[in-house]
Amino acid sequence: MPEEAISLENRADRLNEETLIRRIRDGEHELFYELIRPYERRVYSTAFAILRNEADAEDVAQEAVLKAFKHIRQFRAEARFSTWLIQITVNEARMRRRKEHVEIMQPIVDHQDDEGNYVPRDFADWREIPSETLERSEVRQKLAEALASLGQKYREVFVLRDMQHLSIEETAQALGVSTASVKTRLLRARLMLRDLLAPGLGGSWSSKLSFAKGTKPW
Amino acid sequence: MVVTCEQVWHEISNYLDGEIVSDLRAAMDEHLRGCQKCSAVLDGTRNVMGLYGEDSMFEPPQGFSQRLHKRLEQNMPRQRGTAFGWMIAVAAALLIVGSFELSHSSAFVGPQQRSQQAQPGTGVPPEMMVVVAEDGKLFHAGAACPLIHDKAHLRKMTASQARREGYTPCVQCMKKYLNENAGLDADDDDGGEVASSGARHSR
Repeated sequence: MPEEAISLENRADRLNEETLIRRIRDGEHELFYELIRPYERRVYSTAFAILRNEADAEDVAQEAVLKAFKHIRQFRAEARFSTWLIQITVNEARMRRRKEHVEIMQPIVDHQDDEGNYVPRDFADWREIPSETLERSEVRQKLAEALASLGQKYREVFVLRDMQHLSIEETAQALGVSTASVKTRLLRARLMLRDLLAPGLGGSWSSKLSFAKGTKPW
Repeated sequence: MVVTCEQVWHEISNYLDGEIVSDLRAAMDEHLRGCQKCSAVLDGTRNVMGLYGEDSMFEPPQGFSQRLHKRLEQNMPRQRGTAFGWMIAVAAALLIVGSFELSHSSAFVGPQQRSQQAQPGTGVPPEMMVVVAEDGKLFHAGAACPLIHDKAHLRKMTASQARREGYTPCVQCMKKYLNENAGLDADDDDGGEVASSGARHSR
């Protein structure tokens, strides 16, 4: 689809969303189901990525959606509804984590500060992603494990920016940190995940790419 | 501008986000063309973003959406349309009851009494035929009452009609009539009340 058409479509979606929000505020509460339908999965996956537990993620996702409904009047039109909803989800997930002191898995890099340079540990070549990679459940499992092993502050930034596709500014706003912090944490999160995944996904986990670590088949 | 591998790693995230100035981008492109390590890091980082960026990364468990909607439904206030309907029904009911009460009470109170000191005798049988003088303020048990001044303009009507027209029981003849009939109707407690109001009136 041409870029212009996509932008027009987004604009139409947003206008439609504004109308829905106005009507919900005016008392047509049942339209809230329609408003959140496109974001239900995103709310869940954000909660899951932060909490790393299905039951907690579902509960927090429900709480976040309920909170969005109850506070719909506080939503400011200059923000995107999706960003606002994700922000609520992040806050709910953080609150849940604090409440339950859930830090079962020790993060691998929490002791490192944002400012220190991160040096890649692995240089395995990983040029292509086989199209069916994500369809394989063991690959999903590896991705989930790798993400779960990141420290909280890296995981949150990565989830919002690379999974929920928030802009750097929106991510900073949602997490209450500076854009500079977002950029630094994002760099670290991406490089750490690459280090964790490249040796496998670039080689042994991928049936299509049977070349050994660090070598190229071409 | 020439950049080192460390500089490339440091900027690789911004490079992929398009957050670097063109000079640096050009220098990084130049470096990446000749550096296998750095291009491996770049490709891998791009793949990480692509893989996790897929919508299907963390699928909600089965029934998630239904459970979410159910929870919402439990917490949603009654729809405004329904609430309005209820409000209208309640308002209409109140209006009917109110207007009934109003008309009922106004019928009971009746018009302004012709004398400010008068007391509406409640012991008088409503269907009793009484006599009123056009210029008077009282209704009487009969035309023979000495308190009727203008005997030429008399009207006969029921006690309730007389009361509706603002007449009050005559302290003399009506009191006498009620006292005489009190013995006949022992249950009629109101007789005394009329008598006492009459006594007050006569003072």
